[in-house]
Amino acid sequence: MTNEACVIEIEGLHTRFGSHVVHEDINLCIHRGEVLALVGGSGSGKTALMRQMLGLEMPAEGVVRVCGEPLHGHDREKLQSMRNRCGVLFQKGALFSALSVYDNIALPMRELRTLDEGMIRDLVMLKLKMVDIETRHASKMPAELSGGMIKRIALARAIALDPELLFLDEPTAGLDPELSEGFVELIRTMRTELTLTIVMATHDLDTLVALSDRVAVLADQRIVALGSLREVVGTDHPFIKNFFRGERGRKALGCTGDALESTSDVL
Amino acid sequence: MMPENQGNSTVLQHVTGEDGMPRLMLAGKYTLSALGQRLHTLPAELAAYAADTELQWDLTGIEQMDDAGAVLLWRAWGSHRPSHLLLRPEHERLFTRMKEAPAPPTPIPPDFLWPITNLGKAVFLLWEHLTGLVLLIGQILLDVIYLTSHPARIPWREISANLYRTGAQALGITALVGFLIGVVLSFLSSRQLQTFGADIFIINILGVSIIRELGPMLAAILVAGRSGSSMTAQLGVMRVTEELDALTVMGIPHSLRLILPKVMALGIAMPLVVLWTSAVALVGGMVVAEIQLGLSHQFFLNKLPDVVPVANLWLGLGKGVVCGMVIALISCHFGLRIKSNTESLGEGTTNSVVTAITVVIIIDAIFAIVFSNVGLK
Repeated sequence: MTNEACVIEIEGLHTRFGSHVVHEDINLCIHRGEVLALVGGSGSGKTALMRQMLGLEMPAEGVVRVCGEPLHGHDREKLQSMRNRCGVLFQKGALFSALSVYDNIALPMRELRTLDEGMIRDLVMLKLKMVDIETRHASKMPAELSGGMIKRIALARAIALDPELLFLDEPTAGLDPELSEGFVELIRTMRTELTLTIVMATHDLDTLVALSDRVAVLADQRIVALGSLREVVGTDHPFIKNFFRGERGRKALGCTGDALESTSDVL
Repeated sequence: MMPENQGNSTVLQHVTGEDGMPRLMLAGKYTLSALGQRLHTLPAELAAYAADTELQWDLTGIEQMDDAGAVLLWRAWGSHRPSHLLLRPEHERLFTRMKEAPAPPTPIPPDFLWPITNLGKAVFLLWEHLTGLVLLIGQILLDVIYLTSHPARIPWREISANLYRTGAQALGITALVGFLIGVVLSFLSSRQLQTFGADIFIINILGVSIIRELGPMLAAILVAGRSGSSMTAQLGVMRVTEELDALTVMGIPHSLRLILPKVMALGIAMPLVVLWTSAVALVGGMVVAEIQLGLSHQFFLNKLPDVVPVANLWLGLGKGVVCGMVIALISCHFGLRIKSNTESLGEGTTNSVVTAITVVIIIDAIFAIVFSNVGLK
């Protein structure tokens, strides 16, 4: 039943909030080591699907397995060890406002109870350096920081345990172009060092083009297209046409070669 | 669940190389999840090896290494590369980054003047609260003056919503608590009075104590806990979610739209809640008096107006009005002071309720002194 190659396996997933249907029969397999981008209009259920993968939402029907383990299982140890391998970057950062920047990043490390304080200190400073935050900000509280900084610190917290599975909800929203590029570069570097599986929901075409191996397009409560960027762009669907083939889409896709030209011949 | 991570723990192998040099071969996975419990013992082992500066470190057997693994080795080496190090090219970057990592911030030295500093801060904080409250009251008065000339701007909907929330929805809990207090008070007093044969005075005791003192106080404390906390939390969350700022940029003043309706509504609702609580508490007392002492309820009700001067009722209602408005003012004052973080929200709500209840009791004491000659025979 469970597929070994799938890190995350979604079978026949239905999500409903009251009478509002968000997902209808979604099937998805995320392979080890790939970057999957979830794309869709606002309200199409990108974040809801990600929340399902994180076990924050209960499926109305269907099952979500992470590393072959059903998310709403009862084996506490297995769930905890699975959680330790996942890093999550929330849309608005979700930093603990009662803790300083340093403690926010140190929290998941301390929770492991295997690292001593000296090692935690070195690791935290390393993560801060990775996301380009200066040392003097380490003792600040989240309320004193700008939106872009909160995002970067949230990313530092997400990668605190060097996760194998990284969930990014709108990772580059609220970052200036230079920081977005730095972010993309950071993820690329991390992928060369670790087998990193990334699921990201994004609107940003540049990030999408730069990072994603596969793209899943959510529309009409389903996944209407799944495949490499080139394959997805070629799919005939009103949302895809709008999203990829508008002015912005053309610009961003320009760098991936003549994907547009070749597909426009097909259409 | 990921089988490749299990049973494949890190390997340390100490050998003598072909050139006769001591050599340490490291293999396996040096990642946080793979190391697991090994992290307790590994640092000491590595540090022991690192003491030998001539040792060759062969890291080429390491399949995967993350920052935790790199930090582990880096710390064992004493924050510099050992003189003999063999490394996979993809791991090179990890150690380069380590070298660039900034030093942690230095901890702030302890201040030995902290008792004085804290006392000073507390005094300033008290002063801040006092001026803040005075400013708030002044602003409300200005709003009232403004509203008298612009009656169309009176926020009727907000007032009525607050009346319902703080008044009507509080009827249940105040009735329950009032009734039980009435029962207990009546029971205890009647036992004492029976020993003196002074059964009839139960009406005096219940009437004066409940109407003048217990009814207003019970209602005020319950409302301070119930509505005070919700008002503070509401304003606090509005601050956290930037709704207060949104109101400001739309030109809708907080004081007029959020605070004035709360103060007015609680000023109207509180005396009514007081009346209700006192009435239910008296009913509770009356029931017990009938069971315990055999005083019929008709007799109780007929006698009550004779032994309790009506001034006591007005005093109770007056306390209700004052306490209600003060509770709303204090709650709003603390609500507006909340900063946009969760810690501050919790702290602000606690402070608000504690202050409101304390001030309610202080007001009661002031009333008791000022009106000591009113309503008592």
